Amino acid sequence: MTSAVRAAPPVASTDAALGLDFVRQSLAIAEVEVRKLSRDPTELLTRAVQPALWLVVFGQVFTRVRAIPTGDLSYIEFMAPGVLAQSVLFSAIFFGIAAIWERDLGIIHKLLVSPAYRGALVMGKALSAGLRGLTQAVIVYLLALVMGVHLRFAPAALLGVAAIVMLGSALFATFSLIVACVVKTRERFMGIGQVLTMPLFFASNAIYPLSIMPAWLRGVARANPLTYLVDALRGLMVSGGHSVFGAGPDVLVQAAVFAVLLTVAARLYPGLVR
Amino acid sequence: MDPDVVIATAALTRRFDALVAVDRLDLEVRQGVIFGLLGPNGAGKTTTIKMLTTLLPPTSGSAWVAGFEVAARPRDVRRRIGYVPQLVSADGGLTGRENLSLSAKLYRIPRAERRERIGAALDFMGLAPAADQLVRTYSGGMIRRLELAQAMLHQPSVLFLDEPTVGLDPLARRAVWERLEELRSRRGTAILITTHDMEEADALCDELGIMHQGRVAALGTPEELKGRIGPEATLDDVFAQIAGGTIEAGGSYRDVRRTRSTARRLN
Repeated sequence: MTSAVRAAPPVASTDAALGLDFVRQSLAIAEVEVRKLSRDPTELLTRAVQPALWLVVFGQVFTRVRAIPTGDLSYIEFMAPGVLAQSVLFSAIFFGIAAIWERDLGIIHKLLVSPAYRGALVMGKALSAGLRGLTQAVIVYLLALVMGVHLRFAPAALLGVAAIVMLGSALFATFSLIVACVVKTRERFMGIGQVLTMPLFFASNAIYPLSIMPAWLRGVARANPLTYLVDALRGLMVSGGHSVFGAGPDVLVQAAVFAVLLTVAARLYPGLVR
Repeated sequence: MDPDVVIATAALTRRFDALVAVDRLDLEVRQGVIFGLLGPNGAGKTTTIKMLTTLLPPTSGSAWVAGFEVAARPRDVRRRIGYVPQLVSADGGLTGRENLSLSAKLYRIPRAERRERIGAALDFMGLAPAADQLVRTYSGGMIRRLELAQAMLHQPSVLFLDEPTVGLDPLARRAVWERLEELRSRRGTAILITTHDMEEADALCDELGIMHQGRVAALGTPEELKGRIGPEATLDDVFAQIAGGTIEAGGSYRDVRRTRSTARRLN
């Protein structure tokens, strides 16, 4: 028989080792999500419907109307990054429902009794949402190509878009996780999810520029993280597109918001099983 | 403290608003003992397990598990315990091996040992042939054994099992008991289970604590408890005497829904 103390695994003490553990645990959680998604990719395909409608129907009509001033870009070129951001938002905002599902099953109980960092558990989920976001980007790029949008394919631009899409997805998925931790039931969550998406979308620069908004709406849009996601994508995704704030500030704002949300979510996550 | 004692609580209490779910609980479990917490629904069994496994902070009182105070050193406790919740905690969208691999990573089992230990755990639980099938194709008994494999992979000194055999057929139930007894005798693992199955309590547990309204109403070996009532007494008699007419009153809607849906998933 081994005594309780001797059976204990060695305890890492340095900061580097702690950081490495955090990363490993996050990757382990993300890997699980990716495996599950790769086994059942139907969800990714159904998510292509909405951006297709926005680009093909809304985009084409408004390109003809020329109602919205978009500078040198055609309207559809202006809105393509907005549609990508929207598709990131819409797929990430319901992410928390999976957490409620896992809570009802008991999977979260198992994760929370493990010695893994609570932050790493949440980070792993956010990372997997980021990877989901990349599949959205591929779909929107294909649609945009078909619609004749002049996309930038320079490696730096593509990498930038990939990084920004991942960050945006992680941000909104973590926000969704927080909502799930607060409401705790599927019914309430669905209601709140519906209520949140449209205001976030319309109070942003996704389908019209900040410059034509009334002052109050512009104020709201500036406080909306989606605006910074759209702005960064607009500067990188389309030839001739430019961002209002600059990609650097856009990324900084999103990273800061994500860091705050991650901290809050890590604190609330254990509450799901209480 | 006696180093053989791996679970100890002192006046452990948990309130939910006005309800006192666990009321000044004092408990001691030694290494190598299978301890059964019995009681009607709503007696506080699951709340007790949740506090001992660090999932729920106590309102007052304290608990030591595997040598560490639960509220003060939760991570140290977590490294040394395994837990199988009443709900189905294995992920149906993954294979058995993938479920174990996730546990191995979260418990920091070194990469070099992972393969071997996962293989050994699958063998021990009789799951090797189904290791690479999705868990959603498993039977209820297989799922429970996989969850046990996950909970013991890091060789915990204490295992917590919340209603481990609810919803299982008699054969599957026996298979789980045998694994638990072997774990105890091979490794000296202390095992705390909750149950309201009297046969399970009698056949599997070395010691029993019968909970009623948040407190331990009776404590002892199954023989001692039966002996207190009379020579022919069964655990059912003991249970009935303690829980009395309140069995029907206990158990919230949520408890009932949970137990039933767990049973349904496992069948």
